[in-house]
Amino acid sequence: MVTVSELIKTESNKPELFQAGSSACAGCASILALRWALKALGPKTVVIAPASCANVYIGIWPKASSAVPYINMAFAAGASAASGVVAGYEALGKKDINVLTWAGDGGTVDIGIQALSGAIERSTNFIYACYDNEGYMNTGTQRSSSTPKHTKTTTTPFGKGMHKKDIAQIVAAHDIPYVATCVATDPQEIYNIFSEAKQIQGSKFIHILSPCAPGWRFAASKTTELGDLAVKTGFFLLWKQVNGELIVHKRTQKYLDKKKRLPIEAYLSEQGRFGDLNQEQIQDLQNWVDRRCEKLARQL
Amino acid sequence: MSKIKKSEMDKEQTIIMSGNYASAWGAKCSRVKAISAYPITPQTTVVEKLADFVDGGELDARYVKVESEHSVMASLVGSSMTGARSFTATSGQGLLYMTEMLHWVSSSRLPIVTTIASRGIAPPWNIWAEYTDILSIRDCGWIIQFASTHQEIFDSVLMSYKIAENQGVMLPYFIVYGGFTQSHTSKPVRIPPQKEIDAFLPPPPEKGWSHLNLDPENPVTFGNLLMPQQEYLDFRFLIHDSMVKSKKIIQKTIKEFKKSFKRDYSGLAENYKCNDADVVLISYGALAEQSKIAVDELRKEGKKVGLFKLRYIRPFPNEELVKLFNSDVKVIGIADQGTAFGNPTGGPISTEVMSLLRQSNRKIKVLPYVWGLGGRDVTVDEQIRVFHQLIQLKNKNEYPTDDTFQHGTVWMGLKTGA
Ligand SMILES: Cc1ncc(C[n+]2csc(CCOP(=O)(O)OP(=O)(O)O)c2C)c(N)n1
Ligand code: SF4
Ligand SMILES: [Mg+2]
Repeated sequence: MVTVSELIKTESNKPELFQAGSSACAGCASILALRWALKALGPKTVVIAPASCANVYIGIWPKASSAVPYINMAFAAGASAASGVVAGYEALGKKDINVLTWAGDGGTVDIGIQALSGAIERSTNFIYACYDNEGYMNTGTQRSSSTPKHTKTTTTPFGKGMHKKDIAQIVAAHDIPYVATCVATDPQEIYNIFSEAKQIQGSKFIHILSPCAPGWRFAASKTTELGDLAVKTGFFLLWKQVNGELIVHKRTQKYLDKKKRLPIEAYLSEQGRFGDLNQEQIQDLQNWVDRRCEKLARQL
Repeated sequence: MSKIKKSEMDKEQTIIMSGNYASAWGAKCSRVKAISAYPITPQTTVVEKLADFVDGGELDARYVKVESEHSVMASLVGSSMTGARSFTATSGQGLLYMTEMLHWVSSSRLPIVTTIASRGIAPPWNIWAEYTDILSIRDCGWIIQFASTHQEIFDSVLMSYKIAENQGVMLPYFIVYGGFTQSHTSKPVRIPPQKEIDAFLPPPPEKGWSHLNLDPENPVTFGNLLMPQQEYLDFRFLIHDSMVKSKKIIQKTIKEFKKSFKRDYSGLAENYKCNDADVVLISYGALAEQSKIAVDELRKEGKKVGLFKLRYIRPFPNEELVKLFNSDVKVIGIADQGTAFGNPTGGPISTEVMSLLRQSNRKIKVLPYVWGLGGRDVTVDEQIRVFHQLIQLKNKNEYPTDDTFQHGTVWMGLKTGA
C-alpha cells in the first residue's frame, strides 16, 4: 500500500503516461483513473480501448494523450482483442508487457460481456478495467444495464425501470485471481489496486465507478465529492476478491453499518439525472442499497 | 519449439487428405504463430486438425479458443498487431458474424489469412457448398481467392501470406472453397519439404509490421477519431489502391511459387480454351474446374467453347476480362454460386462482370446464371446443357423459354417458378 506522500515522492519525477491533449469533458473522472492506472502499470503497457468516451478523450487524430500504445477497438471486442495481443506476445516470446483493456460500462456489461466472460474463462493474462459512468455517454447518455434504477437518460426519459447489473459479482463468479472495485476519484486507491493487479498472473478485473458531470448532470467541480458520496452512502461498495478470498475495504466496512451510512438521498440530490424522484422511488433505491450492504455484511 | 520431423524438413510427402486438412496443413507449413477459431460446419475439421498440430507440439503457435467468431477476428487483430502471423478458418454464419471485425482487419492493414469452407446462409439451415457467405462481404477490403482443388487450397495458404505481408499490399486474405464438396472429400496433396517452404515464405519481420506494431518501446496510438476534413478519405483510398496494385504482387508470387514448387496457378483468372472460342462460360470455384470437362466434351463435337475461371474476385481481374471481351467471343454465360438479391442480375459476380462490358467496343451477348445454391448438384451434363443454351443464343438469338429463366437470369434447377 502506497501512501499519498510516498506517491508524491515516487511519481512526481516520472514522465507522465497520460498527457495533456485529451479531449475529455471538464471534471471527467475516467481520465483521472486512467492517468493513475498508467502510473501504476508503467511504460511497458499497451491499452486496448473499445468504443466509448475513451476513444474520444484520447485525442482527435493526429493528437494523442497516451504515451503508451493505445488501440481504439470495436465496441464488443475489448477483451477478445486483448486476448489476441496476449497470445501474440506469448507466441513471440515477448514478456513483461501489461495488457490493459480500458472499457466503459456499455462495452463491459452489455455488448462486451460475452467476450469478457470468454477471456477470463481462458485465464487470459491481462487486466480488464471497466470505468463505469453508468450509461452510454459517448453516444449521448443512453441507458446501459449498469445504469441505476430511476435514472433519467435519453432512452429512459421518465427513469429506468430496473436496477444496476452487478458486473463485479458476475466476474467474481468466474473465480479469477483478482477482482477489485474502486472509485475513479481516489487516485491513491487506483494506484494501489493497479499495482497489486500487475503482480498477479491470470485475469484481473477492476470495476471503477466513474462520475461523469454531463451524463449525471452535476457541476464539474463536484466530481470527487460525488465519488466520495457514492462510498459514504453505500451506493458503491468497495471490495476485492483475491484468489477467492473476499476483502471488504475498510471504508465500506464502516458504511455497512446502517447507522454510519449517509442516506442515499445525499448522493441522489446532487445529480440532475435523479431529479424529481418521489419519496417512494428514493426509498426503493435506499432499500436496494440496504439489501446489498446486508448481503455483503453477511459474507464477512 | 515445434518438433518438425527431420523427414518433413527434407522430403516431399504426398498425403491423402480432405480440403479442410489441406487448409490446416497450409497453416502449419506457413508456421503461423497465432490461431483463433470457433467451430462451424463444414469448417470444423480445420480447427480440430490445428488443435492436434498445436497440442501435439508439431506447430509452435498460440491457439486462442474463443467464444464466438466476432472474438475470433478481434483476437487475430490483437495477435497480428504484435507481429505474429495469424490464421483462422470459418464458414457461412460464422463469417457473417465476424463482419464488423473483417473491416477492422483490413482498415488496420493486417495480413491475416482466413480459409472459408463456404456454405449456404440460414434460414432455412443449409450447410452445403454455396458462396453467398463470402460474396456478401466481398467489399470489406480483403483479397478473395477461390481454390478449386485440394492442392490449390494448401498451396494458396503459402502464397497468401507472401502476398498479404508484402509491404505494397498489407491486406488480409481469404481463401475460399466449397463446403463438403471440397472440405470433406479426400485427395492426394503434395507437401513440399519444410526447408523449401521456409525459403519461399520467411517469417514476418521481427520488429513487426512497419505501420503498426504494438511495442511499448515505440508507442503508437491507432484508430483515433478523424474529422471529415482530415485524411479519412485518403486512408480509405489507400486500401483500394493497394488492392488494385496487389495484382502485380499476386502474379509475381505465383511465378515464384512455380519456380520453387513446379505448380502453376495461371494468375487472377484462368483462360481454358477461350482464345478461339465464340462461347465462353465465366465461373469460379470447384464447379468452374468441373466445367473444363464440359468444355472438352463439346470441343470433341467441334464446338468452339471455353471456360474462363475467376481465381480472384478481389482484386477483380478487370484486365483479363476486357482482354477476353476483345477476343472472338460472341456469347458469355456467367454462373454465380451465390445470390445478391435485388441487384441487376440476382448474382453478384455476373453483375460485376457485366459492368466491365462497356470497356470493350464489341457487342457481346450475356446470359447470367445462378447455380449450385445450397449444395444443389450441378453435373457435367447440366453444364453441357448450359453451353448448349449459350450456343442457341449465339446462333438464333434465343434466350431460354422455360421457367428457370427469370428476370433475365437462369436459376438452374428452379422448381417453383415465379
Ligand atoms: C457495434 C457498435 N454498436 C454501437 C456503437 C455505438 N457506440 C459507441 S460508444 C457507445 C456507448 C459506449 O458506452 P460505454 O461503454 O458505457 O462508454 P462511455 O461512452 O460511457 O464512456 C455506443 C453505443 C458502436 N461503436 N459499435
Ligand atoms: S461524458 Fe463523462 S465519461 Fe465521457 S469524457 Fe465526458 S465526463 Fe468523461
Ligand atoms: Mg458508460
